[in-house]
Amino acid sequence: MFRKTIGLFSLAIVVLLIAGCGKNKTSITLAGSTAFQPFAEKLAEQYMSTHANVSITVQGGGSAVGVQSAISGAAQIGMADLVVLPEEAKQLTPTIVARDGIALVLNPANKVINLTMQQVREVFNGKIKNWKEVGGADSPITVVSREAGSGTRSSFEQIVTEISLTKDALIQDSNGTIRETVANDPNAIGYLSHGLLNEKIRAIKIDDQECTTELITAGKYKIVRPIFLLVKGDPQGEVKNFIDYILSAEGQNTIKTTGLIPAK
Amino acid sequence: MSLIGERGVRRILAVTAFSAISALLLIALFILNEGLPFIFRYGLHDFLLKSDWDPQAGKFGIYPMVAASLWVTFGAMVVGAPLGVAGAIFLSEFVPKSVMRVIKPTIELLAAIPSVVYGFIGVMVLAPLIRTQLGGPGLSLLAASIILGIMILPTVISISIDSIQAVPQSYREGSLALGATTWQTIHMVTVRAAKSGIIASIILGMGRAIGETMAVIMVAGNAVKIPHSALDSVRSLTANIALEMSYATGLHRQALFATGVILFVVIIILNSFAIVVLRKRVYKK
Amino acid sequence: MRIHPRYTQRLAVTILGGATLLTLAVLVFIIVFVLEKGLPVVNFRFLLTNAEDMGRSGGIFTTLIGTIVLPLLAIIVAAPLGISTAVYLTEYTLETKVTKIIRFGTDCLAGIPSIIFGLFGFIFFVTTLGLGWSILSGGLTLAFMILPTIIRTTEEAVKAVPKSYRQVSFSLGATRWQTVKRIILPNALPGILTGIMLGIGRSIGETAAVIFTAGSSLRLPTSIFDSTRTMAVHFYILAREGLSSENAYGTAATLIIAVLAINLTAYWMMGRFIAKRS
Repeated sequence: MFRKTIGLFSLAIVVLLIAGCGKNKTSITLAGSTAFQPFAEKLAEQYMSTHANVSITVQGGGSAVGVQSAISGAAQIGMADLVVLPEEAKQLTPTIVARDGIALVLNPANKVINLTMQQVREVFNGKIKNWKEVGGADSPITVVSREAGSGTRSSFEQIVTEISLTKDALIQDSNGTIRETVANDPNAIGYLSHGLLNEKIRAIKIDDQECTTELITAGKYKIVRPIFLLVKGDPQGEVKNFIDYILSAEGQNTIKTTGLIPAK
Repeated sequence: MSLIGERGVRRILAVTAFSAISALLLIALFILNEGLPFIFRYGLHDFLLKSDWDPQAGKFGIYPMVAASLWVTFGAMVVGAPLGVAGAIFLSEFVPKSVMRVIKPTIELLAAIPSVVYGFIGVMVLAPLIRTQLGGPGLSLLAASIILGIMILPTVISISIDSIQAVPQSYREGSLALGATTWQTIHMVTVRAAKSGIIASIILGMGRAIGETMAVIMVAGNAVKIPHSALDSVRSLTANIALEMSYATGLHRQALFATGVILFVVIIILNSFAIVVLRKRVYKK
Repeated sequence: MRIHPRYTQRLAVTILGGATLLTLAVLVFIIVFVLEKGLPVVNFRFLLTNAEDMGRSGGIFTTLIGTIVLPLLAIIVAAPLGISTAVYLTEYTLETKVTKIIRFGTDCLAGIPSIIFGLFGFIFFVTTLGLGWSILSGGLTLAFMILPTIIRTTEEAVKAVPKSYRQVSFSLGATRWQTVKRIILPNALPGILTGIMLGIGRSIGETAAVIFTAGSSLRLPTSIFDSTRTMAVHFYILAREGLSSENAYGTAATLIIAVLAINLTAYWMMGRFIAKRS
């Protein structure tokens, strides 16, 4: 019986190997920021549809991985969404390709519509524990944050300042899981990339400023971070072409329609 | 096989018999190699017993995760072991063989349902129930215990049934002939004879519970905090590794491997303990 | 106070029966929950088209391939090793220090969390051996993981073969290997297959160890050195990131049906085998 299975298996491998031959493409790997990953995939899809000779792979991993893999060469382009780039990123050429607002989100069942920056700080520090303290219903606040090392979390904490996260905070490891957790819990508050808002959750105003593309562009909504593409040395060849494409009117338009803020 | 001969076969089998232990040693070697340097540098005492986990600030105390892992596993055992063993006894001793033949494969099938499916049901069904009925964030120690308890059921039931059925029929007949009731026969004769298998099934279940990662990440909420009640959100050792691994670099990454070392050691200690208990009882018989 | 055995008997039956019913009810609920939401999504188109837009739309074809190839590789590596280990332990040696160490090692390996296998596979196969995130790394890691399951169940199955069978075989002049080959393994086969099925089941459902070693690429793998994504990983990503609950349930339902098919095949094989022998 095993001989038969092994036979079938090796046959399958041979078929797959043959199927894999005959491709001769330039391949580019992007790695890093999970916040920018879905947009990068969309941009890559569009780019590949007009440039058949290029194959672009987009991987997540987080901003730290973006910096690391660009340095090590594991990826030609690193993606990072940090307010301040780390020291070791000095050897890389950064290009801001977009900006991203960080929205504070609640469950749609929650009636609170506005928090001041100070209130946000105290909620995440665990000083404000109940929604009634900020004008909501009498129910405990469930703080949802990102894991240590997340670019979104460090950006959020750097912009809001003086945050030492409450130990009661639930921790989720991506924008999507934050969104799901908040969507499932009427008492929850979390934060995520402005580009990933959807109908399951509701973004609130910070200091009476709504988290919209217009107000972010106008500089009125304060929680915004840049998105960097990092390349070792000067961008060349297809890598440069792809970055240029992202910065072109068409690329920036994609960024805008998918919910991010254009670089300029 | 006649080409190899009787002695050759023995030799080949003897070599392959070391596959599992070699695998274990290889794993130990690589995990220790990545994690131990950090533990020596940071200090085992601080690493294990400080309750501050703030990698950005260079604080790496995993006491809350150790406590959480032990509680979650304990909770899963409380939920899963009695149900599983009771189910196994009932199915093998009170249910007709023909029905058993359908039910046992069905239960074994459940062992193959991915843990993430259990986790997802925990998030969609159990957590909201706990939040509305009992309070707290819902994603909690209790939710994790129940989900893990359910997850280990197929393992416990399936292996317990096998060992109960392996008890020779003559044992039961002897006991019944002496005038014992079915229940007396079961708990005085059958279960005792099948004890090593039943305990083995619980050990395997325990291994699955303490080692489960994805389902726990989904239902436990992952707060870094020593639990004060079953409704608190907790983060297990496994969750700590999987949550932060993809983002971690430098010291942070080493600390996660060190968390793996602790998990590894805890598991080895638990297993050794269970194995010793198992041996003792076998000898007593 | 002594309660009459007849009442303890009744009490015991009620409690045991209740526990069994509760268990079955919970397990049936889980299956029905998933199938009810997932089955309407599953059709040939869903199975045979690739995922689009990170899985928000499209099907699950590439993850289907990943789910077939990874456990297959794991079993091909682990089954021969596991079965021969078990045969050696039960038939070829007496209880010695060495067998005790081997058993201890096997039990310990069984308890090692999948995340540790993931970390190990990542450091050893992916990084040190340079295999990268690939089917090979993932399959080998899974093989390590299911080895103890196969050893343990095979051991139980082999032990369950009555002593008298061996005595008859030896008295007819058969050697030990002949006895193992002709008497013990065939009689223990149903148990061994159960172990293999449990192993396949565990590899199909595994997420933590697979994500760290085989990666999560949605591309169709062209060789065993390519990264792949299994259905379990796909479901995890879809469900947790809230990408598409429809496709998530569809994936989960497919997974459950696949496992059901594997099990039925195994039982059919077992049945045919038993019929042939009698």
